[in-house]
Amino acid sequence: MKALRLHNELTAIWRNEPGWRGHLRSVNHSDIGKRFIVAAFVFFAIGGVLAMLIRAQLATPRSAFVGPDVYNQIFTMHGSIMMFLFAIPMFEGLTMYLLPKMLGSRDLAFPRLSALGWWCYLFGGTIIVVAMLAGVAPNAGWFLYPPLSGRTFTPGINSDVWLLGITFVEISAMSAAIEIAVSILKLRAPGMRLDRMPIFAWYMLATAGMMVFGFPPLILGSILLEIERAFGWPFFDPALGGSPLLWQHLFWLFGHPEVYIIFLPAAGAVSTILPVMARTRLLGYGAIVAAIMALAFLSFGLWVHHMFTTGIPHMALGFFSAASALVAIPTAVQIFAWLGTLWGGRPEMKLPMLYLIGFFVVFVLGGLTGVMLAMVPFDAQAHDTAFVTAHLHYVLVGGFVFPMLAAAYYWLPHITGRQRVMRIGEAAFWLIFIGFNLTFFLMHLTGLLGMPRRIDTYPEGMGWTALNLLSSVGGFVQAFGFALFLVDVVLQIRLGRRHARDPWQAHTLEWAMPTPAPAYNFASIATVADREPLVTAPDLGVRLARGEGMLGAARNGWRETIAVDMTTGVPEHIAILPGNSWLPIATAAALGGFFLAMLAGLYPVAPAFLPVVAWLGWRWAWTNGSRHDVGMVDAGHDRRLPTAFEARQTTGWWGSILAIGASATLFASLLFGYGFLWTVAPGWPPPALVAPSLLLPLLALAGAGCAVVMARRDNAMIAAVGQGVIVLALVMLLVVAAPAPTSHAYAAASAAIAAYAIFHAVLAVLILAFVFARERAGFHSASRSGERRIARLWSDHAAGAGAFCAVLLVVPGWLA
Amino acid sequence: MSTIDPAGPHARSVAGLWWAMLGGATLLTLLVFALLALAFRRGGGGDRTQDPRLWIGWLGLAMPGAVLLALLGFALVIGARTLPVPSDDAVAIDVVARQYAWNVAYPGGRRTQDVLHIPAGRPVNLRITATDVIHSLWVPRLAGKMDAIPGHTNVLRIEADAPGTYQGECAEYCGTGHKDHGFTVVAHDAAGWTAFVGENAR
Ligand SMILES: [Cu+2]
Ligand SMILES: [Cu+2]
Repeated sequence: MKALRLHNELTAIWRNEPGWRGHLRSVNHSDIGKRFIVAAFVFFAIGGVLAMLIRAQLATPRSAFVGPDVYNQIFTMHGSIMMFLFAIPMFEGLTMYLLPKMLGSRDLAFPRLSALGWWCYLFGGTIIVVAMLAGVAPNAGWFLYPPLSGRTFTPGINSDVWLLGITFVEISAMSAAIEIAVSILKLRAPGMRLDRMPIFAWYMLATAGMMVFGFPPLILGSILLEIERAFGWPFFDPALGGSPLLWQHLFWLFGHPEVYIIFLPAAGAVSTILPVMARTRLLGYGAIVAAIMALAFLSFGLWVHHMFTTGIPHMALGFFSAASALVAIPTAVQIFAWLGTLWGGRPEMKLPMLYLIGFFVVFVLGGLTGVMLAMVPFDAQAHDTAFVTAHLHYVLVGGFVFPMLAAAYYWLPHITGRQRVMRIGEAAFWLIFIGFNLTFFLMHLTGLLGMPRRIDTYPEGMGWTALNLLSSVGGFVQAFGFALFLVDVVLQIRLGRRHARDPWQAHTLEWAMPTPAPAYNFASIATVADREPLVTAPDLGVRLARGEGMLGAARNGWRETIAVDMTTGVPEHIAILPGNSWLPIATAAALGGFFLAMLAGLYPVAPAFLPVVAWLGWRWAWTNGSRHDVGMVDAGHDRRLPTAFEARQTTGWWGSILAIGASATLFASLLFGYGFLWTVAPGWPPPALVAPSLLLPLLALAGAGCAVVMARRDNAMIAAVGQGVIVLALVMLLVVAAPAPTSHAYAAASAAIAAYAIFHAVLAVLILAFVFARERAGFHSASRSGERRIARLWSDHAAGAGAFCAVLLVVPGWLA
Repeated sequence: MSTIDPAGPHARSVAGLWWAMLGGATLLTLLVFALLALAFRRGGGGDRTQDPRLWIGWLGLAMPGAVLLALLGFALVIGARTLPVPSDDAVAIDVVARQYAWNVAYPGGRRTQDVLHIPAGRPVNLRITATDVIHSLWVPRLAGKMDAIPGHTNVLRIEADAPGTYQGECAEYCGTGHKDHGFTVVAHDAAGWTAFVGENAR
């Protein structure tokens, strides 16, 4: 039995160690994905309980159930948990679990990074929930507007819990974004050209790209607000040249793309499941890909529609209103492509299909109210009322929760290898569907009757009483539905009968494997020639299990998978993935120490954790690579390929490009903030400018030039010295030439800009020192040059940022 | 406090926009739901190839494109009507929001708290700011809302058709007292307004 022997050999390489040790060290994408899903569902339940408390409070007028202090924490936590601890982690988990399987790969590009993201999510989410149980939860609304969330009006740690906890969790979002994008671009089945990718991969590629550029403004805003709260740098304080509107811009620069970041993965699930349920193929694959790209692009141009009532000039309002309406078109393209798909097939009313119908009904209504809210005069009436609450729940529950429920029923047989037992899922659907619409359809009307958001009680006689009571009844009906769903899932896991592979006669590669999935996914790697490989070759799974694909043998204890050319899908090299490791959990723990120290106000202690993080990062990178040239190795199907040690377009290189792109986006947001404050905030020009030094910018330029030239001559040591000179110049600039950062928003923003450059130059010093050490340890050769090229990327970015910042800071002084 | 029971030109045109959009949205909803239902009704098997030009070109692109263009034009006209354009008989009033009160200053120097006096039948420009956190001034029956932001001053044009009192509220969540951060608008007839602000302030 060749298949069984191969299975045993690969399992020995890919499996977790037994017991707790195995759980803590696992980097397997199926494990991590399932953990994300389970934890996200737990947070969904917590957020759901909070929602029930809100509905209990609002069920009757003049309710004395909880006072405003507690109520404000409840609604803030409901929103924050559902957005940051449920929706994003849920699709990340689903994607981590599914994506490599759909792409025909054995794992994601950076398995340890997924594990790091998981632990950061778990630790960060735990901090937030523990804070809630301790009664110090965030209470300034889930978008945490200053000045209300600032030190003066929220003196406790409530806002710090949000800023630090959510930022900690966002490490998982950023790592998932890079992970997902690089995995889609590089780790696909041979022959899977871009236009043969499963449509879900297109959705996730767009989502991951949006996350890379969408999260940095939020992370920057959180850092700035936390610095203002902790150290008094007045970014948002109008008395000292700051502006509360800067926070709103940064928050919604993230917040609107966020809506599509949540919607697109769900739409990807719809586009995957719907054709299978209708026994046909997806109508308009190309048009849908174009629509996804248009959505991803447009969604960055309409954040201002959350700020229509902040006094934005009329012309700008018109522009953002039109952009917000325009975004409905790519959405409509998808809706009608799905309807056309149904018309072209023979739709079967299986359980996932039922939830897809729920999605259609709810999401279409949410989209239509979205178009209404894009109209500025109407928004001025409906903004901050129950109408908006209703709209956003229609969009997010319709556009995310219903598709995820369909996805749960569709892919649960894959995860468990079992069939569902009773028809509980149908009952759950009707309870959720009816309960949801009862709750939120009426809230449109409540809002039009003038009921604002976020009030804990209301008087009688406003016309809101009956509507609120019905909404509350609907909310509880819905909660019963979700409880039934949970029961159904547990029953399936416990009691379901085992089924044969591929119960839906699906189209995509994740069904070409035994279920539950083995640790290595595929015993050998499929070669695909079209978009629906299982339609043309239903026996593909069996053939792969027999080792008839590529890489159909175990070797050197390596975790191997194929890396392809991004566009053509031609095999390029063999990626060798890292095995189980303590590093992810240890790094997350060290980061957790930093965040907890900040939260406790132990500001001198917190930086002590950063060298630990750096040391772990060093160890992390050190385990990669090879001390000798490996050359070309057998990849099966009579092909010989280089290993990643000696390849050029490696996953690591692309990951670095994306990470630098994210960092540059954060920097661009910071520059936007600087310019915004300069032009819009009150109290400018500032009383004192950075002294117009000539020497220090020249010093920084010299250091940058040295770093760039020496990195190209492969002299890492001298390049690191150049980076050190940049650090020196910028620190000097801050100490001798700049006004105190607490004195004015100008000084604070200047210091933040310098801090960005200093951070990257220090990072570059570390990276260059690492390269120097690796060279001496024999990890580099003429063909093993990948690390040097990656180091050059980081060094060049730091040099550019350093030189640019040093000049930028002194320019106002020169001009004055 | 109903936005669909308007008592001024600003709120009335927005209510008109709402009814128009509700009608359009109902038609579109019926269209989509009908297409969805019919996909299940039609019997027969096999792959019934659909024309992507119909589904994606006409229904997905052209139809929403046309609807949105018309709607945007309509909304732009209404939006322009609600702007504080210069006007000879407009009255300017300063409103300062704080936790949890509204301080109002009128031409001629009179001040009130939590009551906003305006002349009926005349455009009023409210110059709105705040001293502590962000609030939002909203009189649902008269006009859309406008945020009161520390460090910034925003102008909102409101107008009441007839003398009377109207309820106002704070729409932006502003802390534990948010729900009670309301105020009353009193619209006076011409004589009442003159009596209120004093002869020399018109
Ligand atoms: Cu938005
Ligand atoms: Cu208020």
